[in-house]
Amino acid sequence: MRVLFANRLTALFSALGALLVLFVVVPLARTVTASSPSLLWQTLLDAEVHSAISLTLYASFIATLLAFICGVPLAYLLARVDFPGKGVVEGIIDLPVVVPHSAAGIALLMVFGRQAPLGQAFGLLGLRFVSTVPGIVIAMLFVSLSFLVNAAREGFEAVDPRMERVARTLGASPWEAFWRVSFPLAWRSILSGAIMMWARGLSEFGAVVILAYHPMVAPVLIYQRFESFGLAYAQPVAALMILICLVAFAALRGIPRKNRRMR
Amino acid sequence: MSLQVTDLWLDLGEFHLREVNLEVVPGEYFVILGPTGAGKTVLLETIAGLHFPRRGHIFLNGADVTRVPPERRSIGFVYQDYALFPHLSVAENIAFGLRLRGMGQKAVAERVDEISRRLSLHSLLQRRPETLSGGEAQRVALARALAIEPSILLLDEPLSALDPQTREELQRELARLHRELGTTTVHVTHDFEEAVALANRIAVMNQGQIVQVGSPEEIFRRPESEFVARFVGVRNIFRGEIFPGDGGYRWFALEGAGRQGLRIAVLTDLSGSVHASIRPEDVVLSREPLHSSMRNSFRGRVVGILDRGALIYVTVRVPPDGVPPGATDFVCAITRPSLEEMGLEEGGEVFIAFKASAVHIF
Repeated sequence: MRVLFANRLTALFSALGALLVLFVVVPLARTVTASSPSLLWQTLLDAEVHSAISLTLYASFIATLLAFICGVPLAYLLARVDFPGKGVVEGIIDLPVVVPHSAAGIALLMVFGRQAPLGQAFGLLGLRFVSTVPGIVIAMLFVSLSFLVNAAREGFEAVDPRMERVARTLGASPWEAFWRVSFPLAWRSILSGAIMMWARGLSEFGAVVILAYHPMVAPVLIYQRFESFGLAYAQPVAALMILICLVAFAALRGIPRKNRRMR
Repeated sequence: MSLQVTDLWLDLGEFHLREVNLEVVPGEYFVILGPTGAGKTVLLETIAGLHFPRRGHIFLNGADVTRVPPERRSIGFVYQDYALFPHLSVAENIAFGLRLRGMGQKAVAERVDEISRRLSLHSLLQRRPETLSGGEAQRVALARALAIEPSILLLDEPLSALDPQTREELQRELARLHRELGTTTVHVTHDFEEAVALANRIAVMNQGQIVQVGSPEEIFRRPESEFVARFVGVRNIFRGEIFPGDGGYRWFALEGAGRQGLRIAVLTDLSGSVHASIRPEDVVLSREPLHSSMRNSFRGRVVGILDRGALIYVTVRVPPDGVPPGATDFVCAITRPSLEEMGLEEGGEVFIAFKASAVHIF
């Protein structure tokens, strides 16, 4: 601690920085501690809350899975292959982070809505996106895929391409080199990206609410209870969601750091 | 196995190969020598099948493998910085290629055991690559490459990342392995002495081209271009044998110098057939016999004076009236003032001397 107050500069900076840290911690801590554990437990048993939270966890998991299936290959390409327009693709992957999330919801509605051609095409297959679980999934996918793709790309970038080359000379096909060398070595990064994406998906409100007010995910439920019944009713649900995200966050921090030496 | 490269052209980012032709005979230890950025690694990787050339062909044992992917070429590859798989133990690293070949558990274990004994890695088998020293890591990389009994072994600057002592140890290890296994080897380096110590033949490479191929002696005695002469430098390198001596010294007898030939006092732990090198700057030249503590002092005759600007290289033949191969030429570097002061000219008799510690045995 003493090093922070070694001189006036660091002392002042410590005070200013502490304000920001407290600004994050105090509201979260206040919300989580406002209700007794027994009230939280009762809230969790409330059928509406219960189903909203499970739906949120589930939909975000499916979104993460979809991003994993298409995003890990994309991340590998971005890390390994120099192709024309690579910079543009990287920019596009970052785009969902900067677009207002309600606008992202509108944009998705324009393409996947009942009147839109793609929406109609999926409709023929029995897949609808408005006020359905698939709608929630694509909203979550859209706003949080950057986290997984970027983390996976960094993971692959940290693997020395010469390790893949050695694997090839030892008899590995490109597939075998990927599964036995690159993927296991990038796995920690991919996993932490997936957890980050999942946690980000859980928290999504703006894009989800445009596509699907019902069925209700937890962030929408918090909003609905706040609007209809007030703070006291919204708070326990909010507390539960914060706790769930803290657990995910702790898991993320728990992933051991990358191998000390990658080459 | 033989390796043949014909008229190879390749462009890869800033690296280019231009009209590369090579022929490596079965069992040969072939060294590609060149400065950083000459395209040596790219050439090696192209031989391995990791890049496909724009033009030209690669033949392994007479078969055209130019378009064959690396996994079907049976090549052992070792990189400068080892490229061990950090998520696998030493044993698993060595077994990597064997498992890919669908070898049974027991056969894999036996092969790993055999190769690790050969390279004295037995005590390290359960270790993780990150816990190994540089020398150990490079021996594991060698074991991993040799485990698959490759038809050809490609070594990319295998000694360059190591400290000098480890480098010498591993260099001898490479020579021993080649003697024992007879694997055709292509070794890339920028270090001339390393090349001389290991190579049957050397190819000098510059800017993506092979500029000269020949025995180590041919390369430094008869450089065919200004580049080779400059890169190899002016130096004294001799082949010979070490004999026991006294007072802490050993004798180095020059090859081809005959029974009464030249013997040089040296400091070394090595024995048998070796190379010796003496930097021209370490050879002292004078008109009169030198009375000094230098262990090696010879009478000779000036047979050549090469003006290189800052330094003058004087070639002195010992003994003065001998002719090669019975006689030996030493090159000494002196400054212009001392050349003028001594009034040296070709045909004049001189004395040369150097310390035993100035002779590098390798």
